[in-house]
Amino acid sequence: MRKGTYRVKTGFAEMFKGGVIMDVTTPEQARIAEEAGAVAVMALERVPADIRKQGGVARMADPKRIKEIMKAVSIPVMAKCRIGHIAEARILEALGVDFIDESEVLTPADPFNHIDKWQFKVPFVCGCRDLGEAARRIAEGAAMIRTKGEAGTGNVVEAVRHMRILNDQIRRLRDMSRAELVSYAKELGAPVEVLEMIQELGRLPVVNFAAGGIATPADAALMRMLGADGVFVGSGIFKSEDPEKRARAIVLATAHYDDPELLAEVSEDLGEPMPGIAIEEIPQEQLMQYR
Amino acid sequence: MRIGVVAVQGDVREHLRALGRLGIEAVPVLKPVHLEGVKGLVFPGGESTAIWRLLKWSGLVEPIEELHREGIPIFGTCAGMVLLAKEIVNWPERFFGFIDIAVERNASGRQVDSFETELEVKAIGRVPAVFIRAPYIRRVGPGVEILAEHEGAPVMAREGRVLVASFHPELTDDLRVYELFLKMCA
Repeated sequence: MRKGTYRVKTGFAEMFKGGVIMDVTTPEQARIAEEAGAVAVMALERVPADIRKQGGVARMADPKRIKEIMKAVSIPVMAKCRIGHIAEARILEALGVDFIDESEVLTPADPFNHIDKWQFKVPFVCGCRDLGEAARRIAEGAAMIRTKGEAGTGNVVEAVRHMRILNDQIRRLRDMSRAELVSYAKELGAPVEVLEMIQELGRLPVVNFAAGGIATPADAALMRMLGADGVFVGSGIFKSEDPEKRARAIVLATAHYDDPELLAEVSEDLGEPMPGIAIEEIPQEQLMQYR
Repeated sequence: MRIGVVAVQGDVREHLRALGRLGIEAVPVLKPVHLEGVKGLVFPGGESTAIWRLLKWSGLVEPIEELHREGIPIFGTCAGMVLLAKEIVNWPERFFGFIDIAVERNASGRQVDSFETELEVKAIGRVPAVFIRAPYIRRVGPGVEILAEHEGAPVMAREGRVLVASFHPELTDDLRVYELFLKMCA
């Protein structure tokens, strides 16, 4: 009996496909998410929109909060640690969270390295803006990838940008000769072996979700149309006027993304979405995606 | 032969691929019209609560119940097994209830306790088995045949035309569990 193998980690991520993972800050919100058909919840102290507004250093959530949320629902519970913060990751693993998001939404702890995720039994998901970043995270042992987008903005444009870039780079990689692949690896700062694996499969070897700015059922459907296996919704649900209804609508839209009639039906009368921010209004140093 | 794979959520691609490798026409089922002409139906792994809600909201529960009444064979892995069980010991809802077993959701524990191993499956032999936050069978009705156990708990069973497994044959390259199901569909 072997625990924490790569197959057990990546296989778990496969089970999320077609689903929605929702940010929650309380047990009540977690129950609403479960009832709305979320495949997992992300246990947080503050959603990204509040982290952005309040500034300061954003850290791992209080273990007490995470435990309360784990107790409240039967679906998997994820939690975020800071980039490179091995100790926070060990704490989350000890708590028994089901997945760790080594996340740019929190303030990075290590200016040089990400966590060596092969050393853990618990699986990790990491963000990426392009193929190079995705390949480096996979080389470090990430069992799942999500495109970063720009969290807490309610603006889907960066999520689309990152998915478009990733798709385009994978498409180019497919037709490359060995020599071209090696120099492309250098250009991307990506390990050759991981690129070889991606070339052979024609896609990432792990599940890839979209994140960062998804606020409506149509946003979720759009990301699925662009090839995302599923979506993370952060502030988009519980910063909106009617979270129950919106959560359920986003779940349905994620599953039935290629059924326009159904998308029209579920998009109706959802109340106010979260307030959005234009990316140009955010000072460069406050963009989370470059962390 | 056409086999449907419930495709509202879960590891649908892996099931489609496994069936495709056996030369089967496997079709994803997202709405009732996709059930036409299927000779068998597979419920994938995923989150049972999410899959159930999506089936309800997509108008698929009654058509699937009708398919079951017609005697079409059904196979469920992991969440699929939870959806097919008559009773869930640690959850207030009951889903399809096509097989007379009681299951415990997430009985193998949280993800850090998920594991892979080998199992002795009746009439097949040793197969690789991946257990992910897996449900275990805690009670079986008189008509249920237990096909495999892990540490004393039944993890694979069959009653009539319904087959269930706690683990994920679709995550391995061993196709013999599918061959067993396809024999039921022939």
